[in-house]
Amino acid sequence: MECDIILAGVGGQGILTIAATIGLAAVEQDLTLKQSEVHGMSQRGGDVQSHLRLSDREIYSDLIPHGSADLIISVEPMEALRYLPWLSSEGWVVANSVPYVNIPDYPDAEGLMAELKKKGNTIVIDADGIARDLGSVRSGNMVILGAASSFISVPFTSLEEAVRQLFRRKGEEITELNLKALRAGRDAAGR
Amino acid sequence: MQKILLLGDEAIAQAALDSGISGMYAYPGTPSTEIMEYIQSSRQASEGNVHREWSSNEKTAMEAALGMSYAGIRAMVAMKHVGLNVAADAFINSAITGVNGGLVVVAADDPSMHSSQNEQDSRFYGRFALVPVLEPRDQQEAYKMVRDAFELSEKYRLPVLLRITTRLAHSRAAVQPGEARKQNASRLPSDPRQFVLLPAIARKHYQTLTSLYETLRIDPVLSQYNILTRGKDLTTGIVACGIAYNYVLENVRDRVRDYNILSVAAYPLSKDSVEELADRCERVLVLEEGYPFIEEQLRGLLDRDVKVLGRMDGTVPRDGELNPAIVGSALGLTMVRGSDVPALVRQRPPSFCKGCGHADMFSALAEVMKEFGPGRVFSDIGCYTLGALPPYNMVNSCVDMGASITMAIGAADAGLFPAVAVIGDSTFTHSGMTGLLDAVIKDSPVTVIISDNSTTGMTGGQKSQATDRLESICLGLGVSRDHLRIIVPLKKNHEENMAVIREEIIYRGLSVILARRECIQTATRKRKAAAEKTRNTE
Repeated sequence: MECDIILAGVGGQGILTIAATIGLAAVEQDLTLKQSEVHGMSQRGGDVQSHLRLSDREIYSDLIPHGSADLIISVEPMEALRYLPWLSSEGWVVANSVPYVNIPDYPDAEGLMAELKKKGNTIVIDADGIARDLGSVRSGNMVILGAASSFISVPFTSLEEAVRQLFRRKGEEITELNLKALRAGRDAAGR
Repeated sequence: MQKILLLGDEAIAQAALDSGISGMYAYPGTPSTEIMEYIQSSRQASEGNVHREWSSNEKTAMEAALGMSYAGIRAMVAMKHVGLNVAADAFINSAITGVNGGLVVVAADDPSMHSSQNEQDSRFYGRFALVPVLEPRDQQEAYKMVRDAFELSEKYRLPVLLRITTRLAHSRAAVQPGEARKQNASRLPSDPRQFVLLPAIARKHYQTLTSLYETLRIDPVLSQYNILTRGKDLTTGIVACGIAYNYVLENVRDRVRDYNILSVAAYPLSKDSVEELADRCERVLVLEEGYPFIEEQLRGLLDRDVKVLGRMDGTVPRDGELNPAIVGSALGLTMVRGSDVPALVRQRPPSFCKGCGHADMFSALAEVMKEFGPGRVFSDIGCYTLGALPPYNMVNSCVDMGASITMAIGAADAGLFPAVAVIGDSTFTHSGMTGLLDAVIKDSPVTVIISDNSTTGMTGGQKSQATDRLESICLGLGVSRDHLRIIVPLKKNHEENMAVIREEIIYRGLSVILARRECIQTATRKRKAAAEKTRNTE
């Protein structure tokens, strides 16, 4: 089993929390893991990505080779498209529909959705809206993770357990909100 | 002990603790920052009373670590690649003094310049100083190498350089730590003049060092890291340095046994292993992250005995970091790619955070500078360098830590008016103070704006040595009290701030403006931590 995931977004949108959640779940499942992150200057409102590789055998490269990612998880719609050269022909894209506009020439929403749908295996959900309805505007990243969960080679229950571990320090209320967000994302994806 | 998920940087830090260091010295710099951060938050470090305060710059860090080594106890010093330029004087000479307690220097290189102004290759510094260099292939090996590096350092009484690159520094994997070792008891060097580099002593030390360097080529601990595997394909032999080996494996997988590969992770390299590879194969492909360091040595000046492929003949791009695709192409494999990036996808460069004080400072400065014309603002290394981008387009230089002030002095000497320097608080205490002293002594007609966000922002908000000290430092260096001004960069103060900046620019002598407002990131973090604390105590 090998599962190569590209996590995409804009600095500050919480993709490293998604990575940490999958990472914890993978360790619990006794999988091998490599996760490459971006720190430093590019974090300031720029595009950020993380390469996350899970396997039941040794993993060589920290970076996912082009054309071989099984999944792109993006908390921002345009950022999902930036990593298409890495996606395999059978790979899936799970993306948030809500744009993060911090540049003057951001593309128009319709064109963006058309491009996302051109790719056959795509799930686009309003993660921010779903999170807001749950009363937790900051849990959009967990909604997206939930929506992508069926493509990640770890059981859903171990993702839930990882969320509990990660958010324990922040108290029961915040942990529960994030668990709800994770489940709501899974339900929204309808898979 | 259980396996733990660690960044490459964190594996290095954990290994240093387990090697019994008594001190960690560093100045923040991507991609090396997390080494010190890990040690600062480690219980093991606090229980062992390990020194773990940031230093003012890489040179002071290197020298303090050498001082700790002088006292017979182990120390590590970590920095980004360009930090080693700052520390170079101390680093090169530490090879000539040699060490007493084990001393390991970590240089984190940044090929492709993700967060840097160049992609210099620290292996050259290792060879320049004549010290052993280790370049781990993965996080587990990084752990093991640090342990070995301290052993080697104490065996040869030399500093050891650990060279990593961004991908290893910032990639996480499971690491199995080993037994922790006790810290050394302090003891003075057996030769009281070991560290006295008077010419007569230095000459002797240098002779010892040059002969020791030849011994290092055949050291068993170093040699075990350079592994030659022999295969049946005798066309192209491969030399793969550090993580380049992982990219080879990623491409050839189970067919790895077919190839002749020398996987290199320790320097200086012995001649024998390379010779055998060159003898067996028609040509040698060199894959290395960074400069063509080994490739150049193999080619030599005449470049005619062995057929060598690599960065110098275009088989591999001359610049930028390696990745599986580049290595696969160099191996002659057909590479697949997913679909192209759609044309509507736009660049998203980094930008100031919403509510950043630097941005408000630049708004005021930009409006004032309209009166004086473009090309007159020298800046420095930090978040505020983003003032070079639209809408500000305000920054005309970003060269090295501290260069804003000194370049402004030189430009003013050349007659440029006005000459404005914009520098951050942490960069100022790193390397700006000496330049300011030059300006004081000449009373250079320069306006220095210290954009003080009370933190080292770009690397994630580490403690700034400048906090609460800038006024006294400037006055102490001799800046006139009348021309040391303080502004608060907020939109509501825009007009007032413009007036101060204009007055000081017009003044034909040295002035310093402290534009002071806390970094929005650290302020938010503090507020959240306080809220969390209240919640937990309720």
